[in-house]
Amino acid sequence: MARLIAKSALMGLLPVTVGGISLTEVETGPVTSIAPFKGQSRAVSAVLKERVGLRFPPVNRAVAAGDVRLIWAGKGRALMLGAKPEGLEGLAAMTDQTGANAVLRIEGEAVEDVLARLIPMDLRSTVFKTGHTARTMLAHMQVSVTRVGADAFEIMAMRSMAGTLVHDLEQAAKGVMARRALG
Amino acid sequence: MRIPCPVCGVRDRREFTWGADALALDRPAVDAGEVAWDDYLHNRENPAGPTRDLWYHDACGTWAVVDRDTVTHAVHGSSLAETARAGKAAAGKGRA
Repeated sequence: MARLIAKSALMGLLPVTVGGISLTEVETGPVTSIAPFKGQSRAVSAVLKERVGLRFPPVNRAVAAGDVRLIWAGKGRALMLGAKPEGLEGLAAMTDQTGANAVLRIEGEAVEDVLARLIPMDLRSTVFKTGHTARTMLAHMQVSVTRVGADAFEIMAMRSMAGTLVHDLEQAAKGVMARRALG
Repeated sequence: MRIPCPVCGVRDRREFTWGADALALDRPAVDAGEVAWDDYLHNRENPAGPTRDLWYHDACGTWAVVDRDTVTHAVHGSSLAETARAGKAAAGKGRA
């Protein structure tokens, strides 16, 4: 039987460094979409709290405990990263999304300026704090954006868009750096 | 133009797709007759002023009823389509 080699979405595309901006792929582990059935939000939250120590995330928020993360992913939906959900049968619709997304970390002092060129949202730290997340658009792509640190964001896009995602971010970073070089 | 998503908050218009006149929520009964159905399917006002229509927030998957003004381009507010009833004065509801 053929030996199949697992390829991550951004293999061969990252890492990339432009000036002080670095783009690196994020190893997420298993990813599952969790959408509580009607009227089961509290029950789902209670099970998650018991099993992984996290409640179902509120709108526009991401929460983490150890290696497990829950990222709000749209109306009535969240993504669980780092572990497979257990005990939610009959309470929520669950879909395996492992490998479906390209997930990268963009980091650097100028990161807000770079993202401002591509995302039509106010992502400054006064408004968009660590642990805040948003479903929005980056250039023409639907993405999930989460602030994971003072100068760091995590961006998730559909795997088929991996090349475009890296290209757009790299171009934006080059633009910001070129402008800064002019003083 | 910026539109308030009842779930996410105020977002750029590019994140949304226009759906239909909010009248689409007022579906007539099956036996309402040809006139009512003809009206529901085909006849629309073309107002200069306050307008209510359905917008889909592509980013989060929410259908919203948005109150806006076609003359001033002001967007007054929005509410969840699943709870809204077309025709009721819901202007300014939701997160504006």
